[in-house]
Amino acid sequence: MAIDIKMPALSPTMEEGTLSKWVVKEGDTVTSGDILAEIETDKATMEVESIDEGVVGKIAIPEGTENVKVGTVIVQLLETGEKVNDLEKLQDKPINSSENYEQNQTAKKTIPSRDDLDEKRVSGSNVTHTEITVRDALRDAMAEEMRRDENVFIMGEEVAEYQGAYKVTRELLQEFGEKRVIDTPITEYGFAGIGVGAAMGGLKPIVEFMTFNFAMQAIDHIINSAAKTLYMSGGQMRCPIVFRGPNGAASRVGAQHSHDYTSWYANVPGLKVVAPYDAEDAKGLLKAAIRDPNPVVFLEHELLYGEIFQIPDVDDLIVPIGKAKVRRKGSDVTLVAHSRMVGRCLEAANLLINEGIDCEVVDLRTIRPLDSKTVIESVKKTNRLVCAEEGWGQSGIGAEIVSRVTKEAFDYLDAPPERVYQVDVPLPYAANLEALSLPGSSDIIKAAKKVCYKN
Amino acid sequence: MNKKNKKINPLKTTKDELLSLYKDMLLIRRFEEKAGQLYGMGQIAGFCHLYIGQEAVVVGTRASMIDGDQMITGYRDHGHMLACGMESRGVMAELTGRAGGYSRGKGGSMHMFSTEKHFYGGHGIVGAQVPIGAGLALSNKYKGNGNVSLAFFGDGASNQGQVYEAFNMAKLWSLPVVFVIENNQYAMGTSVIRSSAETELHKRGSSFEIKGIQVDGMNVLEVRDAAKKAIKHARDGKGPMILEMKTYRYRGHSMSDPAKYRTRDEVTKTRSERDPIDMVKNRLIVEEWATDDALKSIDKEIKLIVADAAEFAQTSPEPDASELYTDVLLDA
Repeated sequence: MAIDIKMPALSPTMEEGTLSKWVVKEGDTVTSGDILAEIETDKATMEVESIDEGVVGKIAIPEGTENVKVGTVIVQLLETGEKVNDLEKLQDKPINSSENYEQNQTAKKTIPSRDDLDEKRVSGSNVTHTEITVRDALRDAMAEEMRRDENVFIMGEEVAEYQGAYKVTRELLQEFGEKRVIDTPITEYGFAGIGVGAAMGGLKPIVEFMTFNFAMQAIDHIINSAAKTLYMSGGQMRCPIVFRGPNGAASRVGAQHSHDYTSWYANVPGLKVVAPYDAEDAKGLLKAAIRDPNPVVFLEHELLYGEIFQIPDVDDLIVPIGKAKVRRKGSDVTLVAHSRMVGRCLEAANLLINEGIDCEVVDLRTIRPLDSKTVIESVKKTNRLVCAEEGWGQSGIGAEIVSRVTKEAFDYLDAPPERVYQVDVPLPYAANLEALSLPGSSDIIKAAKKVCYKN
Repeated sequence: MNKKNKKINPLKTTKDELLSLYKDMLLIRRFEEKAGQLYGMGQIAGFCHLYIGQEAVVVGTRASMIDGDQMITGYRDHGHMLACGMESRGVMAELTGRAGGYSRGKGGSMHMFSTEKHFYGGHGIVGAQVPIGAGLALSNKYKGNGNVSLAFFGDGASNQGQVYEAFNMAKLWSLPVVFVIENNQYAMGTSVIRSSAETELHKRGSSFEIKGIQVDGMNVLEVRDAAKKAIKHARDGKGPMILEMKTYRYRGHSMSDPAKYRTRDEVTKTRSERDPIDMVKNRLIVEEWATDDALKSIDKEIKLIVADAAEFAQTSPEPDASELYTDVLLDA
C-alpha cells in the first residue's frame, strides 16, 4: 500500500507553507530519515524526512508552490515493487485532520476593511499603503531604531544566528552584527538583569523573551529593578529598556505556554505596557517604546505575527504610547479590547450589524497608562459596554475598565457592563477544551446582545 | 618572619596612602555607629544594615578603581556609597527619610544611587545586583570606554541562581566586571557552612572558568592588591574574576537581629584580633607615620563630619507631599 506523505505542521501555529524544494525525484529509493523536501513555514525553512522506506511515487505538489495547506498530500511513497502508475488519484483538498486544526484558528486571516481602520494616524488620499505582516512590522521597527540610534541593541534567546524563534529578528544580525544582536543562553533572570544594567549604564536594550511565559523567571528584574528604580533613586537612575515578545495563548501548547500576563504588568507603576493589534500599531508603538526613556513591556501575540495588514508608506511611523484607538464607529454598544481580541471584536461587530446592533470597537493599544478617556467618551455615546480580553477574569483588564466606567459614567450606562475572558482554569491542551476555554467572537456577540437586552 | 613583623603588615604602602585608607574606613565606622544610634532614637526606621567590621573590603577595592569604574551592591550599602565619595549628609538624610537624602527620602537605606559618583545602588533583592553589575560591564564594553564594573554581594547571595546566570554570560562575553563576594560568614542568621555545599566561595566560578582569589578581607592592603589584579584582568579584556573577601560583620544582620546564631566571644575575638581599622592604626604608629595625637585628631575630624551629617539628616525637612507622585515615569 502506498503511504501518503502530507504537508506537515512544523510549528504550533503553522497552517500552510511553501514547498520550496524537492530533494528527491520520482522513482528514487528512500529509507526512513532521508530528506525528501524543504518547506518554508511562517518561522523557518524545515526539512521533511521520510517516515518509512520505499520508492518516491508521484510528486503531487511541484516545488515552488506557495500556500500549501497543512495536511495536503505532497507525495506518495510506494512499497518496493509497486508501480508509479498504481497510484490512486491524489486528492487536492486537505484531509480532515487539518480541517480540525483550522477550526481552532478561525478567522485568523481577518484583514480589516478600510472602514474599520478609521482615524488613521496618516490620513489623506496621497498616502499609499503596503501590506505587511505584524512580524515584519516589528522587525522593521527595530531595524529602523537601530539605524537611528547606535545605543539600541537587542538581546535574547535565538535572536541572532537562528534569526528569531518566531523570525521577528530576521536579518538583524546580518545588518547590525553580533555586537548589537546578542544571542543569550536560556537564562531569563540573568539576561533580564544584564539588560537592566546595560540600560542603567546608558544603553537602550531591547530584551526579547521567547514568550512572556518565560519572563516569569525575569519578572523580578522587570518590576523590582526596572520599574521601581527611577522612583527609589529620586529620579536619578534611568532605565530605558523594552521587554518584548509574544504574550497570551498560542495554539495547542498547553497551560505553561499560553498565559496572558497583561494584567500582571498593568498593575505596576513605573512600567508602560503596550499590546498592539495590527501591523501599523505594532511598528509605530514599538518605535515609540524604544525611544521612550522608561521601561516598556511590549506584549505581542504569536497568532498575530503572520497576519497581514495595510501600513501607511511613511518615514518614521510613530504611534504615541497611551492613546486608545476607535477602530470602528458605532452607536449601540462599546466593545473594548487589546491585542488579538480586537480582531475578535471586529468580527463580532461585523456579524452584529446584521442583527441591528451597531458596535463601536475601542482598541486600547496601551494598557498602562490606560486611556480611559476614549473608553468613557465612547460609553457616553453608546451607553453600553463589553470588555473582552484573552486572560483570566479576576483582577483583569476588563475589571479595571468596568470600574473606571462605572465611576466616571455611571449615569450613562443603560445596562450592567459585561465581560468576556478566558475560563477560570489553566489552559487545557485538548483541542475541544482549549476552544471552550478561550474567549472568541461568539462570546463577544453573546455579551453584546445581553447588554442590549436582545437574545 | 617573626610574630611582631607579621603584625606589622608587610604589604607595600606609603604614609599618604595608608592615612587616606585609614580615614576612609574610619568615616564608614563612625558613620555606621551614628546610624545605629539614630536608629535607636527612632530617627531611622525600617531596615538598616550596618557595615561595621567590613570596611576594608570596600575601601581597599575602591583604592584600585579609576574614575568611571562603577560600583553596585546589595542592601548593606552605606559603606560603598561613602567609599564612592557620596556625601555623608545625603546618605544619612536618606536613612532618616528626608528631602535632603540622595533619593529625596523615597528610597531609604537600601536604595540610593549616584550617577555622578558611578554608584548604581543599593539593591534590596538578594543577588539582583550581580546581573545588573554584569549589564553595566556590558555597557562599558559596548561603548569601549575602558571602565570596569564592580559587583559586590554577600555569601548569602552567592547561592542565588541568577548569580550563576550572570557568571556564565560575563565569562562567555568577556565582560569587564569583577565579582566581589563579601563573605561575612552569615547570610542573615545562617552560617556559610549551614547554607553552602561549597564553602570556598572563590571557587564558585570554576564551572564557568572564572578565576577566583580568596582574600583576607580584614586587611585593606591585601584587598587593594587583589582588587588591582582583578580589575586589571577585566580592563585588559580578559573577562571577569571573583574575589572572595573573608570578612566579618560585628553587628547583627539588621538592627532588629539579636544575633543568637553566634557567640559573643566569636564577635569579641574577631574584633580584638582582626579589626581592619586597628590593623592600619598599628602600622601607622609602628612606621611612625602618625602619632597617637594625630590619630585622635583624625578621629575628632571624622566625628565632626558624621555629627554634621546626623544634624542635617534630622533637620532636613520631610519630602513635600507632592513628591509622592514624582519620579514614577519620565516624560517621553
